[in-house]
Amino acid sequence: MRRELPVLIAGLSGALMVAEYFFNVGILKTWGLEMQNWGVIIAAFALGLAAVSLIRIHSRKMIERRGEWYNSVLLVGGMLVTAVSGIIGPDTAMFRFIFEDMITPLGSAFYSMVAYYLLSAAYRTFRARSFEATALLLSGIIVMLGSAPIGEVIWSKFPVLADWIMQFPNLAGSRGVLVGAAVGTVGIGVRIILGIDRSYLGGSE
Amino acid sequence: MEAGRVTSFIAFLFIAAAVLYSIRVAKTRMPSIRKIAGLDAIEEAVGRATETGKPLFYTTGTADITGSYGANIFAGLEILGHTSRIVARNNADMIVGISLPNVYPLALQMVEQGYLYAGKREYFKPDSIQFLSSTQFAYASGCMGIIQREQAAATLMMGHFMAEAILLAEASAQVGAISIAGMTSMAQLPFLIAACDYTLIGDELLVAGAYLAQDPVKMGSIAGQDWAKLLGFILIAVGSVMVTAGSAWLKDLLSL
Repeated sequence: MRRELPVLIAGLSGALMVAEYFFNVGILKTWGLEMQNWGVIIAAFALGLAAVSLIRIHSRKMIERRGEWYNSVLLVGGMLVTAVSGIIGPDTAMFRFIFEDMITPLGSAFYSMVAYYLLSAAYRTFRARSFEATALLLSGIIVMLGSAPIGEVIWSKFPVLADWIMQFPNLAGSRGVLVGAAVGTVGIGVRIILGIDRSYLGGSE
Repeated sequence: MEAGRVTSFIAFLFIAAAVLYSIRVAKTRMPSIRKIAGLDAIEEAVGRATETGKPLFYTTGTADITGSYGANIFAGLEILGHTSRIVARNNADMIVGISLPNVYPLALQMVEQGYLYAGKREYFKPDSIQFLSSTQFAYASGCMGIIQREQAAATLMMGHFMAEAILLAEASAQVGAISIAGMTSMAQLPFLIAACDYTLIGDELLVAGAYLAQDPVKMGSIAGQDWAKLLGFILIAVGSVMVTAGSAWLKDLLSL
């Protein structure tokens, strides 16, 4: 019963959400919405569980003075200050300062690092060691030159060639991946709804 | 029926029927599946973690199990279960970084079961599964911090990733870790292919559970999905020819 009940709940919930998507029936829409609300409530409980785990791991690190324990002090302290300021109210100066002057600029700074990491990945990858790597290197150079103004100055056909690569070989490959992923997603959904696949409970052996 | 979803519903029924039929057939005749280098490399990655005494880092990315990339996360969790079994068998160390709270209890369960199946339940450490943050770049910095601090021997990224994909892959490359990634989103796949040692492309990730378990039911399901894909590609080819010839009949039919 410990395994059958979750499988039954997962199957019924999944079937309800599929029916709600395809059929325009009032009661299905109501139940579907209700199910989504439950999802939000369950996620809130999961957040509590995750937060407890985070505090437990970092508290232990602080108590045992393990490794870079001072980072754990910052993490737990920051977490508590954010939580308290959020409980007091999202319109308070403290809460707005945390989001607008700390989290947002830190996120932007991190995002800007993507460019440098891309460059180092490209440096390692774009070496003509095999046919595939050479094809990647050549198409990458053509698309880059086709997208940058200097490419058109060097040869007027670079933008046309870049457009052809993006519109035909690239799009065809992308659609193949997309069709495969879509069918695979439905396949996993069908297996879970019918209770054939129970691996999300930790394996089926 | 909702307007514009008739064809989708028929396609759903066809895929479901093909999957169920193929599962039935697979119970008597097991279908074969081609080699997937990225999945075979998991043993190598764990082996390296065992030899070096450094941990393996595993993460499922930033998607929610209830969202449109939920299937990726379930696939990532299946691979996590398999990986934890090998880790337990080899007495290696593994750290799991989680971004979404509702993935956390599932990951905990998968790893615990993995240790249980390996007969090493007493070595299971719940603290090795760490919730980091549901904020994208806070999660990314958490993962990068673990990879760099612990000098991870291998990094497995199986699930769904956004801009953080390249950050994690490059952090792994900087510490010389074997990196294996898998996802279905075309927006980030090229970066992972460029930056990782092995990449599961598209539905290679979604078939991973069947490939690793070699279970007739799951293998049958993959064979059924192949029939659905074949039908999809036939429809694309026929539709292209018809539109080129000036008939939009099939296109209109599929838009119903």
